[in-house]
Amino acid sequence: MAASSCARRPGPVSAIFGAEGSAMTLSSHLALHRFGHGARSDAPLPTDPLAWLDAQTRAPPVPLGRPGYSPADGYAAWREHDAAPPPPGQQSPVNRLFRAEQEAWVAHLLASEAPFHDRLTGFWLNHFTVSQRGGFGAMTGFSAFLREAVRPRVTGRFADLLVAVAKSPAMLFYLDQVASVGPNSTFGRRSGRGLNENLARELLELHTLSPAGGYTQQDVVELARLMSGWGVERNATPFDTVFRPANHEPGEKQLLGQAWAAGPDSFEAVLRQLAAHPATLRQLAFRLVRHFIADAPAEADVARIEAVLRQTDGDLGAAARALLRLPSASAPRLGKLRSPGEYALALFRAGGGTDPRPVLGAMAALGQPLWNAPQPNGWGDVAQAWASPEQVMLRLDVAYETAGRFPRRDPRDMGEELLGPLLRPATREAVRRAGSARDAMALLFTSPEMQRR
Amino acid sequence: MTQAHLPPIGRRGLLLGLSALATLGGARLAVAQNIPASGARGERRLVVIVLRGAMDGLHAVVPYGDPDYAGLRGALALPEPGRDGGVHDLGGFFGLHPALRGMAELYRGGELLPVQAIAGPYRTRSHFDGQDLLEGGAEQRLNAGWLNRALAHMCAGNQGARRGLSVGVGLPLILRGPEPVGTWSPARPQRPHAELLGRMADLLHEDPVLGRSMQEGLRGRGFAAAALESTDALGGGFQLLAAAAGRLLAARDGPRVAALEIGGWDTHAAQGNRMQPALAQLDGGVTALRREMGAAWAQTVVLCVTEFGRTARVNGNMGTDHGTGGAAFLAGGAVRGGRVLADWPGLRDDRLFEGRDLQPTRDLRAIAKGLLRDHLHLPPAAIAAAFPGSATVAPEGQLLRG
Repeated sequence: MAASSCARRPGPVSAIFGAEGSAMTLSSHLALHRFGHGARSDAPLPTDPLAWLDAQTRAPPVPLGRPGYSPADGYAAWREHDAAPPPPGQQSPVNRLFRAEQEAWVAHLLASEAPFHDRLTGFWLNHFTVSQRGGFGAMTGFSAFLREAVRPRVTGRFADLLVAVAKSPAMLFYLDQVASVGPNSTFGRRSGRGLNENLARELLELHTLSPAGGYTQQDVVELARLMSGWGVERNATPFDTVFRPANHEPGEKQLLGQAWAAGPDSFEAVLRQLAAHPATLRQLAFRLVRHFIADAPAEADVARIEAVLRQTDGDLGAAARALLRLPSASAPRLGKLRSPGEYALALFRAGGGTDPRPVLGAMAALGQPLWNAPQPNGWGDVAQAWASPEQVMLRLDVAYETAGRFPRRDPRDMGEELLGPLLRPATREAVRRAGSARDAMALLFTSPEMQRR
Repeated sequence: MTQAHLPPIGRRGLLLGLSALATLGGARLAVAQNIPASGARGERRLVVIVLRGAMDGLHAVVPYGDPDYAGLRGALALPEPGRDGGVHDLGGFFGLHPALRGMAELYRGGELLPVQAIAGPYRTRSHFDGQDLLEGGAEQRLNAGWLNRALAHMCAGNQGARRGLSVGVGLPLILRGPEPVGTWSPARPQRPHAELLGRMADLLHEDPVLGRSMQEGLRGRGFAAAALESTDALGGGFQLLAAAAGRLLAARDGPRVAALEIGGWDTHAAQGNRMQPALAQLDGGVTALRREMGAAWAQTVVLCVTEFGRTARVNGNMGTDHGTGGAAFLAGGAVRGGRVLADWPGLRDDRLFEGRDLQPTRDLRAIAKGLLRDHLHLPPAAIAAAFPGSATVAPEGQLLRG
């Protein structure tokens, strides 16, 4: 955060109440609340929230505070595991790496001064889901997936992000591209092995066109043929993504109404064409607005972001800045329910937490363990996915549990500091009347304004 | 300040009962490093239970013999001993709430000393201020608690040992300060108490998504629609903590001072039903503590205190509001119990504090100072340091046996 755009937290709440009624200015609190992971009371509030958020879409992200691991490191741990599988109850070296990366990321999120960039990263990690449930292949490549493929590109061109993700070892493993062999390739003819369509299908269905784009099963097969040969070499150099000509399906492929030559180059070329497809831009616009603004996005909002993507050749930074300027982005009503992960982060940031471990525990307890989505379509992004009766009860448990971790904070001050004009009189009153400081903080944490954004 | 985090005892440890201490390993190390040969640590134990939210003393230690009691309390008044749902008699004037079964048993064995019409020196009716002053031990806010200051003078020369233990998630003010204190929290998360759940439901009521889900969730968890008022649905969070504390305190080289807390006392409405589970938890916790401490119970005092009492009159919601004079409990094998300690001011209108609250006639600090002097044998300077500015408050004598 640039020092020039910051000031110490304003004192009297009444001073910032003026912003509440205005639909056209984004208050400092709302900027942190809606486009970040909530305020930290030990961090300054931005004085010019829009400039502060914009700046996060223009500067490269700061490196994480803890080191990650390369795919080569991951594969070494995998071989170590295979050579001597740990006895039951002991952690595999691969799990250790992955767990350390989860802690590194959450430690960053807790203290982050660029929370909008983090939220964008979270959005794209979910759009391009790679899950721990994919096994060692997904886990060994995850650090590079996060740090090298996704995070540096979330405010760049969508095409560049798509290419980096689709060629990232974690994704190639997670969606089984490593097992896909052209049936008429040298290796395919010799081994009798064939295509695995998984990544090709999800690239079309989840990552780009969506079913609204009208692709067919034949398109999926053609893309799988075109991509064949792309895989990962994990037992020899380069310990990374490779193109294996002997696994590549020979001959031209037909996709998107044109012919694509055999060879390694068509993969990236077709991805770039998919990235620019109108159905893709429409889908991305819809998802961005749904994530940041409303479960049922207004057509005008989606059309605006779609237009920006079209006019800027898929510039995700421009789309992010346009999101901030939608009139609905400044609306005082908190229309979105925080996902469990966002909620856990908001609570621990509010309390001033720095230890990532209890945050990861809270995320898991609430049913959204980090980077562990059950399926390639990722976590749900609407309230319905997260508001079953037991899920809401679990939030109350976590609110109470988390409140007990910060016994030194005065919840009366916290509400004003964290939420400013977003704090409802009913919540302020409940906090004031609570039977203990812990109860008061639990009530603050439970309030709709803490659960929503 | 150092804060040692003990590893959780875990399910296995709990199943193993007392032998669980063997599995604590690191925990024992954390609470009791560098312990000299047996004896030097002292065998006397002090447990403080903070009842957060202002327990209604008149509903816990019921002055059924006071002629004004029934009139002030209306439908909240509890029946006399021997009647259906009546209080446990405490010698003909006071009675213990029927939910305090285990504590009534202690009273009959001479191990419970209820104290009535007691308060700290402050007259705030704010929970936050009241609790901070109760735990800080002074008439102004302090950053450290009186129990922590008292620890500094226990077993001097025993550097590095953890003589104190906090049971729960965070370290309460009463044990905060320069003296290192261990903490222990259960592997399973604690759940909000019934009274807090009711407030959470109020807060979420209007939310179109969360409000309805919470209503259904409460039903799903076995709370009757009559809300949060059943005694059994709460589970035994506090009993679990109290049992763990008892086990740690019983150990030869375990801590000697522990603090626990239990919420759910802020009964502005439907007090008859809402206070019952809190009382039952307290009773279960004290019972569990006694059970787990075994022989060490004979050397133990448990002090239960709350920040203030509640209004003498019932309010319009069948509850009571923030008041002044309240009740406290001393329990333990070392306590000279089987009697009620009270200079009873009466409940007549002109005897009430500011016309609304029970008049306090005894200072909480006198009780605590009495325990520091006669139970932990702290020197006068240490007691003065624990409760600064209390020179005019003499330690209460005769609290202990023998």
